[in-house]
Amino acid sequence: TAPQHFQPLSPLAQEKRVVLRNSGYIDPTNIDDYIARDGYIALGNVLSGSPEEAIQIVKNSGLLGRGGAGYPTGLKWEYTLKAQGDEKYIVCNADEGEPGTFKDRLILEGDPHSILEAMAIAGYAVGAHQGYIYVRGEYPESIRHLEIAISQALDYGLLGDNILNSGFSFRIGIRKGAGAYICGEETALLESMEGGRGEPRIKPPYPPQKGLWGKPTVINNVETLANIPPIFLNGPEWFKNIGTPTCPGTKVFTLTGNVINLGLIEVPMGITLRELVYQAGGGIKNGRGLKLVQTGGPSGGTMTPDLLDVPMAFDTLPRYQSALGSGALTVIDDTHCIVDVVKNFCEFFLHESCGKCTPCRIGNKRIVEMLERISWGKGTENDIEKLQFLGEHIKRTSFCGLGQAAPNPLLRCLDYFREEFESHVIEKQCPLN
Amino acid sequence: MAQTEVPEKANVLEISPEQLSELEHVLGDYQGKPGMLIQALHAAQNLIGYLPPPVLRTVAKVLDISLSEVYGVVTFYHFFSMKPRGKHVIQVCLGTACYVRGGQEILTQLQKELSIDVGEVTEDGLYSLEVMRCAGACGLAPVVRIDSDVHKRVNPSHITNILKNYQ
Ligand SMILES: NC(=O)C1=CN([C@@H]2O[C@H](COP(=O)(O)OP(=O)(O)OC[C@H]3O[C@@H](n4cnc5c(N)ncnc54)[C@H](O)[C@@H]3O)[C@@H](O)[C@H]2O)C=CC1
Ligand SMILES: Cc1cc2nc3c(=O)[nH]c(=O)nc-3n(C[C@H](O)[C@H](O)[C@H](O)COP(=O)(O)O)c2cc1C
Ligand code: SF4
Ligand code: FES
Repeated sequence: TAPQHFQPLSPLAQEKRVVLRNSGYIDPTNIDDYIARDGYIALGNVLSGSPEEAIQIVKNSGLLGRGGAGYPTGLKWEYTLKAQGDEKYIVCNADEGEPGTFKDRLILEGDPHSILEAMAIAGYAVGAHQGYIYVRGEYPESIRHLEIAISQALDYGLLGDNILNSGFSFRIGIRKGAGAYICGEETALLESMEGGRGEPRIKPPYPPQKGLWGKPTVINNVETLANIPPIFLNGPEWFKNIGTPTCPGTKVFTLTGNVINLGLIEVPMGITLRELVYQAGGGIKNGRGLKLVQTGGPSGGTMTPDLLDVPMAFDTLPRYQSALGSGALTVIDDTHCIVDVVKNFCEFFLHESCGKCTPCRIGNKRIVEMLERISWGKGTENDIEKLQFLGEHIKRTSFCGLGQAAPNPLLRCLDYFREEFESHVIEKQCPLN
Repeated sequence: MAQTEVPEKANVLEISPEQLSELEHVLGDYQGKPGMLIQALHAAQNLIGYLPPPVLRTVAKVLDISLSEVYGVVTFYHFFSMKPRGKHVIQVCLGTACYVRGGQEILTQLQKELSIDVGEVTEDGLYSLEVMRCAGACGLAPVVRIDSDVHKRVNPSHITNILKNYQ
């Protein structure tokens, strides 16, 4: 049975289950259930062709990485295949730490074999014989289901030596994270897998050139990998016909915050926020108005009510200074003070900054202090200018994606909710109290 | 996080020789394998409950890693604690999805009820109070985690009753 972390959303006509095709329908601790739903057929097919053919299929599908940045998966695999290295690795990024996101967890707990199958396919495509799944320590159930799945797949000869008599061998190990959000950043994740502090490395070189232990490495998000077996089963054209032409496939959205129905739903890319919040989510709780929706958690994008009809995809949202990110949708109603909400985002980054570079380590501290001052009625107009200046500075000069994304909600809200910030510093109190 | 043997009193810092030898035994699994420091620390904390200096020295010795490297890693990760924690570890989620559904009020209620601040342990060593940033259960926000149980849709008025189950 599927883990129930939510109450169901209202059904949407557009709903389409690709990565969630099995979650809730099969017993995730029984490999026969997965096999009965065409499990490991894609792997068998891939093993009878060449690695180049496998990569071509992923490239043709147009699949973009679902970890948040939307980088073409096929390209990443191709770079790794072409990179020189006596050993190569496949790493599944299951560190899902973005507040508001729990999609990877549902896949790991509800359909762990789909991730193992996808990793083996990736291994064959790039020439890797070892995979690792880096799971956040907060997900013990996910770890347990993965461990069971790995041992069953080994028993069935679907992992291990000479898989399905193809001569190809592939093993998968699990590494448990230790409660650091930054370890979701792929190079910090590699540092952590090597046993050290999770501080990001400089990019380039990207992991396909120099990854785990300096060897060529594919790092993919859980949801990205869950798309792989269906793409091979149904063909790249099938996949391309879902979603938008430039951003094909589905996306899992997790709806949280001040909406009536909370939960998660898988729909084609290109759906609007209006459909998600007002139809699937049933609208704002207690008849309140919508203030903003934070997409992809604090490090994603801020969507204000004027953007409700923008199609949601990796390539569309940046045109509105927003971002799709992990697919988390945190709905915030109009009872919330904008200074307080932004402060919560900024406190998150302050808490999670790894401390390697100064703009992020000190800058986020100063931002939180200024926001505290403003919310206590002790701020000045000068503080607003300073917030703007410091935010832009942190964004430009931080070492990794965490610091570069941290000021985004602040900057966007300073712009859109300018008056609310100003009345805090002029009237020395919150207009909403 | 799993908490096993926990000192009676929160400020007792001694580790018995038996515990240390059991620790060495557990750490044996990670000896000679590169990159296993974090997994070894998980195992050590599971066994002892926290990671005081004698434990860190043992980890460094068995894994043949410098003590400063071990220390650097322990202080980096939120999961690892060098101080004894309470018998039960209470973590209030203040991730945005919980925050906008009342996470802060729950924290305030707990601070009142336990008379301790975030990061502290109650005098009797029963509870420590911590803050977390998303348990991945945001669909049932606000959530509070106690040891490995996740309590969902918590209301400040539930707190007293919930704590009764953790004595
Ligand atoms: N799912 C979650 O819990 C979280 C997701 N995120 C998301 O992470 C994103 C930022 O991730 P980053 O890895 O910093 O982005 P990035 O843009 O640096 O890289 C994205 C991916 O593309 C690959 N890539 C980019 N250029 C490449 C090249 N020339 N050759 C080979 N590979 C290349 C990278 O290796 C990486 O795997 C944000 O969009 C944010 O939404 C952030 C926090 C948490
Ligand atoms: C601070 C930070 C945290 C991240 N956390 C995660 C994460 O938890 N899970 C994830 O898949 N990607 C995360 N990413 C993105 C990864 O760096 C990387 O882009 C991704 O794993 C690549 O996989 P994909 O191409 O399949 O999306 C994070 C990035 C940053 C900057
Ligand atoms: S931007 Fe922040 S998280 Fe990234 S390296 Fe710098 S201090 Fe660390
Ligand atoms: S924000 Fe609290 S569980 Fe995710």
